[in-house]
Amino acid sequence: MGKVIKMEQKLIVDGKRLDGRALDQLRPIEARAGVLKNANGSAYFRIGKTIAVAGIFGPREVHPKHMEEAETAILRCKYNMASFSTTERNRPGPSRRSKEISKVMREALMPVLFLENFPKSAIDLHVEILQADASTRCAAINAASIALADAGIPMRDLIASCSVGIVEGHIVLDVAGKEDTEGDVDLPIAYYPKRDLITLLQMDGMVTKEQLKQLLELAKKGAMKIYEIQRQALKSKYMEE
Amino acid sequence: MISIDPDVIKELADKGLRIDRRAFDEYRPIKIETGIIEKAEGSAKVELGGTKVIAGVKMEVGEPFPDSPDEGVLITNAEFLAFAHQEFEEGPPNEDSIELARVVDRAIRESKAINFKKLCIEEGKKVWIIFIDIDILDHDGNLIDAASLAAIAALLNAKFPKLEIVEEGDEKKYTIDYEQKTDPLPIEQRPITITAAKINGKILLDPNIAEESAVEGEISMGVTDNMIASIQKSSPGGFSIEEINHIAEISLKKAAEIRGLLK
Repeated sequence: MGKVIKMEQKLIVDGKRLDGRALDQLRPIEARAGVLKNANGSAYFRIGKTIAVAGIFGPREVHPKHMEEAETAILRCKYNMASFSTTERNRPGPSRRSKEISKVMREALMPVLFLENFPKSAIDLHVEILQADASTRCAAINAASIALADAGIPMRDLIASCSVGIVEGHIVLDVAGKEDTEGDVDLPIAYYPKRDLITLLQMDGMVTKEQLKQLLELAKKGAMKIYEIQRQALKSKYMEE
Repeated sequence: MISIDPDVIKELADKGLRIDRRAFDEYRPIKIETGIIEKAEGSAKVELGGTKVIAGVKMEVGEPFPDSPDEGVLITNAEFLAFAHQEFEEGPPNEDSIELARVVDRAIRESKAINFKKLCIEEGKKVWIIFIDIDILDHDGNLIDAASLAAIAALLNAKFPKLEIVEEGDEKKYTIDYEQKTDPLPIEQRPITITAAKINGKILLDPNIAEESAVEGEISMGVTDNMIASIQKSSPGGFSIEEINHIAEISLKKAAEIRGLLK
């Protein structure tokens, strides 16, 4: 078998990335609230080529009954990637990865919800990734957050999410495309602006504690930009009506 | 089973105290035993206070992934045994055991603890597959750190089984003699995972099970000598950037101490 020769392509040239972005620039974003008819709340969130749709049912009765909690609502989250969302077909059904993402997503959103207002009920959140081009869990959280608000569920704030990373030694905002597979560090966060808290934090890759500091500061800035877009999406839905 | 009111834990934290009288940055006693399972290529039992876990390493010959034809494969799995806690149930892996396994795996992988290239037998065709399986025997909190420590201790304890290659025409046949152990595995880093919990706004390390019922969030960092290799926030709640930076700082320090317990 012949050796595969990889063409070395630089991911960052003169401070610009493969898609022309500056290091601290997000991809183009489109966000809309209320995109589904049947769900109690829904949202569409696109960042570059990554597309997420979120739908909410609830608060509603809990089935199966044994999952019911006497003093609070439960939030059930499901993150799923469509089979056609990736270059190579993604096998349908839950994977270990999607189960982990569903868990950390739920834990990122719970702090802003008044779950205690709806004892013995469930809020069911499903996010479908229609197209995946890195930072899909962030897009999922952004869509979910808008959908929760669209469903009229009382919230302390919106949660905004984005990723940062290190690519060829540079700290970058919103990891995308080849930066995801060939970059050195990928760090998604979710941010709760009113309390200045990070509610999702994961990282793959090697960093010093000084780099971690810089990564987090940049991530917070990116999340604040997304937060504004989320608010705008909600506002414009109700302006139209 | 004794139940402790989470409010008591919170009030104590507010006064700088913990239910088991530890300092905020103090771990419970750690005991590591290695080579306890003869049939495994490597094994370790870790006790972290009342938490008990066993990690076993088994190896097989298999095919590499197409995108890394000259590298071995690591597969990590965790079983929450039903007798380890009254809330654990028999059945397929749930999100907690999946998360635990993935967090343990991530620290080992991202820190480049294993030199995967040295697990290549024949490029594009045959490589060693390393399975790390973790059994949770007793749950008294902070399973992530106990499991991670057991995993790296078991890897350090592991030896390749003897590989016999027989050529039959163009075909090569691989058989493994598990009875004969040869060289140690190519382990080049010793990542240690440190879990910090936030309780009533205070940051403390190695939460026990009572403390875990009162947390406003937990963060686990897998660290090497001077780098952070992986991070996972793993319960509801939030942290400020200052708190995360503080956790990074104390994790690096504490990990150096715990690393000293590995042989």
